[in-house]
Amino acid sequence: MSVVIPHVTVPVNAQGARKLEVMKRIGLKITVLAILAVAAPAWAGDWESPAVRNCTWCHGTSAQGFMVAPRLAGQRPQYIENQLRSFHEHTRDEPFSKQYMWGAVAALGPRTARDLAIYFAAIAPKPANDGDRNLAARGRTIYLEGIPEANVVSCYACHGPNAEGVRDIPRLGGLAYFYLKGRLKHWQEGYHSSPGSPMPMVAGHLGPDEIEALASYLSFVK
Amino acid sequence: MNLTGLRAVVQAAMLAVIFSAAAHAQEGAPAGHGGLEAKLEYCKTCHGLSGQGYLGYFPMPRLAGQQPQYIENQLRAFSERRRTNPIMFNVAHVLSPSMLTALATHFKNLNPKPFGGAPRRSIATGKRIFEEGLPESNVPACSACHGTEGKGQNEIPRLAGQLYPYTVGQLTGWKAERGQGSAVDTSAIMAPTAHNLTRSQVEAVAAYVSYLQ
Repeated sequence: MSVVIPHVTVPVNAQGARKLEVMKRIGLKITVLAILAVAAPAWAGDWESPAVRNCTWCHGTSAQGFMVAPRLAGQRPQYIENQLRSFHEHTRDEPFSKQYMWGAVAALGPRTARDLAIYFAAIAPKPANDGDRNLAARGRTIYLEGIPEANVVSCYACHGPNAEGVRDIPRLGGLAYFYLKGRLKHWQEGYHSSPGSPMPMVAGHLGPDEIEALASYLSFVK
Repeated sequence: MNLTGLRAVVQAAMLAVIFSAAAHAQEGAPAGHGGLEAKLEYCKTCHGLSGQGYLGYFPMPRLAGQQPQYIENQLRAFSERRRTNPIMFNVAHVLSPSMLTALATHFKNLNPKPFGGAPRRSIATGKRIFEEGLPESNVPACSACHGTEGKGQNEIPRLAGQLYPYTVGQLTGWKAERGQGSAVDTSAIMAPTAHNLTRSQVEAVAAYVSYLQ
């Protein structure tokens, strides 16, 4: 193992175990899904449709997110569409994307991707509320002001005053702490998302405490 | 890894952090330890990798090819609160005077293609307003001060290639953002012109200049 700082080592093991657990469950779900997909062919544009179910198996029945799968409800439709494309083209390459999403979208056409994006964007999002409350105030300050002395840019400039996102810039408000933290760390580790995204540069300047604070704050934003 | 080894690694890591923090504190001048490079990367995170501008929740203006005197003046205006912008206030007020000058000079030499994306239907109207003004509404030709190619000079900004939503936002909200407080501010000269333009005239001029190279 290459990670040496002790407070990281423990969560990595726990995370590894959890990942295995998730993988097992997903393996089962995919088996069930394969049977369902044969039985129910048509895209109906609602939660009964196989295309929607294909997503909600992991992202939760009301698309509010579950475990490592982020909330889709209330996400910007252009962002969802964009990300589906980047999974399809393998440009978004962090471990969970590679493991789950590359396969999940392999047979997904652009029309269905768009329909799914519109469908999930229209569902009212619920905040995850799972961060550390004590860090929320610090996170809010970083979100709004950045840390100019340390060349950390303001998140607010792109993601909006209430972390609601715009166009293909995602809504961050209310996403799960675990997911937000993971994304920021993955950019730091050199994984990619959509081509041209400034996020690798943004995340590169954040320290671990700042990531904790931001992920905590954002998990509470309605 | 055993506990002693782990402890040694942690101590080494902590020392590294402390030393790098100390090195940071000593920097101050933009010349030292890549201070200018790091700050430029910070600017370009929002204003585009080659300073061409970027559309976030707010439009981030193009800085490429901008007049250094104008950039310097605006950065001062943000930190002196002559120009209202909470994000840019935070950015500007930590810049040392020498860093400010170095940043302003850097962008002058960048020349990426315009960001694009503006509606094209009123470009001809925009060109006419830019070159001839609107005498009946007391709007002088933009080209009289900003130059026939919209490149600006000294404290007068370059408009060529500026993001359409940015120019529209500035001209329609001029008096709410610029020339605040009692200090003398060069932006006062634009106040009557911005006021005398209608929304559709603003959009036409903004579209025209956004495509100028």
